[in-house]
Amino acid sequence: MRAPLSWLREFTPVEAEPRAIAEVFDQLGFEVEAISEPGRDIGGVVAARVVAVRPHPDADRLRLVEVAYGLGETTVVCGAPNLTEGMVVAFAGEGSTLPGGITLEARKIRGVTSDGMLCSPAELGLGEDHDGILELDAEAEIGVDVVEVLGLDDVVFDLAITPNRPDAMGIIGLARELAAHYGIPCTIPDPDETTASGVDDRGAGIDAAISVTIEAPDRCPRYLARVVSVVMGESPAWMARRLTLAGMRPISNVVDVTNYVLLERNQPLHAFDLDRLAGRGIVVRLAHDGERIETLDRVERTLTSGDLMICDADRGPQALAGIMGSGDSEVSETTTTILVEAAYFDPMGIARTSKRLGLRSESSHRFERGIDPDAVATAAARAVALLGEVAEGHASPEVIDDYPRPHQRPHITVRTARVGALLGVALTPREVTDALTPLGIDVTGDGPDFDAVPPSWRPDLEREIDLVEEVARRIGLDSIPRTLPNVTGERRGLTPRQRDRRLVADLLVGLGLFEAVSVPLIAPGDVERLGLGTDGLVHAVNSLRVDESVLRPAILPGLVAAVARNTAYGRPDVALFEMGHVFAAPNTGDLLPDEPDHIAVVLAGLVHRRPIEPDRPVDVYDVTDVVTALGEGLGLAALEVTSADVVGFVSGRSAIVTVDGSEIGRVGELPSDLGDGDGPLVALELDLDALLDGTRRDRDFQSPSRFPASHIDLAFVLDESVTAGAVIDTLTAAGGDLVESVTVFDEFRGDAAGPGRRSLAFRLHYRAADRTLTDTDVAQLRGRAIKAVTSAHHGDLRG
Amino acid sequence: MSGDDTPADRGHQALDLDAARAAIAAADTADALNGVARALLAKQSAVATLKQSIKSLPAEERPVVGRAVSEFTRAVQAVIDDRRAELARADAARSGPSIDFTLGSHGRRRGHLHLITQTQRELEDVFVALGYQVAEGPEVEDDWHNFEALNFPPDHPARAMQDTFYVELGEPEQVLLRTHTSPVQIRLMQAQSPPIFAVTPGRVYRNEAPSPRNSSVFQQIEGLVVDRGITFGDLSGTMAAFTAAYFGEGVESRLLPSFFPFTEPSAEYGVSCPFCDGDGCRVCSHTGWIELGGCGMVDPNVFLAVGIDPEEYSGFAFGFGIERMAMIKHGVQPIKTFYDSDVRFLEQY
Repeated sequence: MRAPLSWLREFTPVEAEPRAIAEVFDQLGFEVEAISEPGRDIGGVVAARVVAVRPHPDADRLRLVEVAYGLGETTVVCGAPNLTEGMVVAFAGEGSTLPGGITLEARKIRGVTSDGMLCSPAELGLGEDHDGILELDAEAEIGVDVVEVLGLDDVVFDLAITPNRPDAMGIIGLARELAAHYGIPCTIPDPDETTASGVDDRGAGIDAAISVTIEAPDRCPRYLARVVSVVMGESPAWMARRLTLAGMRPISNVVDVTNYVLLERNQPLHAFDLDRLAGRGIVVRLAHDGERIETLDRVERTLTSGDLMICDADRGPQALAGIMGSGDSEVSETTTTILVEAAYFDPMGIARTSKRLGLRSESSHRFERGIDPDAVATAAARAVALLGEVAEGHASPEVIDDYPRPHQRPHITVRTARVGALLGVALTPREVTDALTPLGIDVTGDGPDFDAVPPSWRPDLEREIDLVEEVARRIGLDSIPRTLPNVTGERRGLTPRQRDRRLVADLLVGLGLFEAVSVPLIAPGDVERLGLGTDGLVHAVNSLRVDESVLRPAILPGLVAAVARNTAYGRPDVALFEMGHVFAAPNTGDLLPDEPDHIAVVLAGLVHRRPIEPDRPVDVYDVTDVVTALGEGLGLAALEVTSADVVGFVSGRSAIVTVDGSEIGRVGELPSDLGDGDGPLVALELDLDALLDGTRRDRDFQSPSRFPASHIDLAFVLDESVTAGAVIDTLTAAGGDLVESVTVFDEFRGDAAGPGRRSLAFRLHYRAADRTLTDTDVAQLRGRAIKAVTSAHHGDLRG
Repeated sequence: MSGDDTPADRGHQALDLDAARAAIAAADTADALNGVARALLAKQSAVATLKQSIKSLPAEERPVVGRAVSEFTRAVQAVIDDRRAELARADAARSGPSIDFTLGSHGRRRGHLHLITQTQRELEDVFVALGYQVAEGPEVEDDWHNFEALNFPPDHPARAMQDTFYVELGEPEQVLLRTHTSPVQIRLMQAQSPPIFAVTPGRVYRNEAPSPRNSSVFQQIEGLVVDRGITFGDLSGTMAAFTAAYFGEGVESRLLPSFFPFTEPSAEYGVSCPFCDGDGCRVCSHTGWIELGGCGMVDPNVFLAVGIDPEEYSGFAFGFGIERMAMIKHGVQPIKTFYDSDVRFLEQY
């Protein structure tokens, strides 16, 4: 809402500086987004009369214009086509300034000295018209500053109005708030239709026989119609200027009057050309399902039975009620008699239709928030008076005002104690009523509890709490003493799950991984590229972007895309992880998707070690290290990586991860082209919830043995199908309590091992808790170990 | 006393520091030095023998001899250490040049927590320190939790304040991507009786055209307090305490009236611009203030929706954008930067 200060001052004599007024608007809850002073950048430009227009001796398109500017006469070279003798124009002489930081100097144009310039509207910052010279009011006094002539010596507040305050979408509503704040009067004169040519004898002679039928009274509680004869034309400068300052384009005197009243009174109006309104009547009816109309913006729209229409007496559509015109009864240059509609439409109905059609207008914006149902008649009267002033209007004294069930203002019980208790301020009943009454709220009763009746222009005031807010606003939020609540309750701080998630993230950061955060809305193609099924995807219905149309079923697609982007940025070697929700279509019977937390890791390209050691490509063991570290960090009792062909990963280079025997995710190498780089791409994705749910090792203290360890090395030739892990398990079991560790220290393939077989060398550390192991003990352990591997895995001991 | 040596004197004479120095200097390998060290200090050495004998000396001689033993031992050890370092240097000089520490590394580096996570933790921790819990909930929500229970009636214009992504589930426009983390507050109030002191961090979605300040996805952290006797003054004081804890002393907070369907009275929370101390600069659009989020007293209709008696309990709620906090603190621009996973951004924090 753009509110010119001069307009506000028409209703309340506010004297404060613009900056101070802006601060007050902020404190009242009308956020000031900008303050503009349109005339501020114009200096020394004056009204001048064109005395003579002569051709330029040297240029066909230029003319020499003699102007009288009060202090004398001078010659200006000008190319504009619309100059005539006697016209009053804006003359910017030497030394004057224009918006954009321009300072004028005299200069020669094709050999003739031009002593400044004549301004177009654009050059004065008034719209976009560059071609023609701005024509000033012919009555303007020559030599007077154009800022004054054009009324640009104004201040415009650009205010963000919250949806609960429709009244503040009108100048009068804002003036009321300023008046209440400053404790000054707010005077809203009753429109005097008899000044100018409003209602008069000529109006009485108009054929005002019209009919109004409301078929949907719930949706249209009030419909008022006036008949006015008009002479179409342009609005006078003062009206055009106000509309422009308020952000509306002047169109014609009649349309401008409707817009002027809309801005001033927050009452949308519609003017119909009565002679083109079939049957000279109005029918307010609901549309039929599938009924089609073309609105003024030339879009064909299909309606439903929930949409309200304004029709002519033959039921032909003339407007989408409260939103936009749609018929051939719109006013035009040939209009001579109009029907002025001033109505109150049900806000929810307007909101529904406007939202469904995606069609918003200044009018619908106000109706859907709720205008003042009791101000409809005065707003119409104001329009009639203005039409008399600017369109030679003559109104019929007959008024059709269909308002069968007048609006009932609610009665609200306000408890002073409750107001104080919610705000945390001690207030007397007097202080509370003093805060409320300047807002037009009628108060009866003088006890601590009293009855309050809000004005008809405040549909947001329905409950006691609404009035508590008004009191807070009026006494000023900053005047309420700041206190801290006594925090009680048993649940405090992070849960064990939340602490574990932090631990996991910190652990991965410690391993050198960078945390990524991706947009969880992705393209279905990203899912397919990773070999993940597209069944069970959760789709966004109305995404504005195709590449953000499904919710991620896994985190890896986003991380792989991040690798590709980093490759494009010249950083192909990255180590990323991400944690967050993933989404799967709900189980039968559930409304909402399944939303487990996942964790994913992607490593790409090379591990940089030069020049100390050679660089090396990342490999699968880099991600299984991450799994191991997670298991150790969380103290998981049973976390395993088991070879398995996982769809989407390179065959033979993938595995599933299990916790307590249940699969919780996958790990392995991805096709390297996914990352757009040359190097390999290894990845991991786990169900984080399942990971954290895993059984934890007990942490009972184990006293380290004081006795020395013994170690032996054993190498076996084994079939390729035998995993090192299986052999380690066997060796561990065979050693019983005495085994301290079993590790693989060599893998070897070749002729010595034979085809389809490999050699694996193990180092076994043994230690007893209570004694030093003897050579005999070790020899026995060695024998058991060899026997176990031979029988369980058909391994051959290598000499 | 001359000519009549006590046993202590004899022992003393065995501690010949000069001789020890000469022996140490003569050792020209680490092994030789170890041998000399053993001879001088180990079990069978003169000093060890003397040390052994102390307990058999007359009481008055013990401190004298004891001091001599320890001084000798310390002196010899120091000479050995010097010689050992000298030999090591000579050794290194033989085996190659000294290490160039600027050459490189084995590449072991710590990673980076995303700036969003770091900021979220900082914000959570401010409230955890005040005794709040951290509550979470689903990102895909139903209309009731996201709107209706929060006092957004169907077709209410306030819904247009939050452009919504709808999801192909349930009835049309029944299931959606949450537009704020407030539905978590609803779930929390359904699950837990007052008192409630909680913050609810999480990802939220807005279906609007991306711009430098808007992203279709961003993170919020909201707070909810419900107890008997909670006042607007408590809200105002809590926002001031948060401001001091997060931005430091010297940054002021203010509340201006605003509107949200789920709170009343509602307010816009802002802080004095930490960059210009309120004088006006580019960051605060020359207003001296930065608007950070909304807050207010929980609307009675919200309490009624979750079965809490608004006559018995009152409460307040507040919310901020996490990225916006980070953008203000670190000047990150535009918001899309947070979601690009560009390692050149990630490694800065």
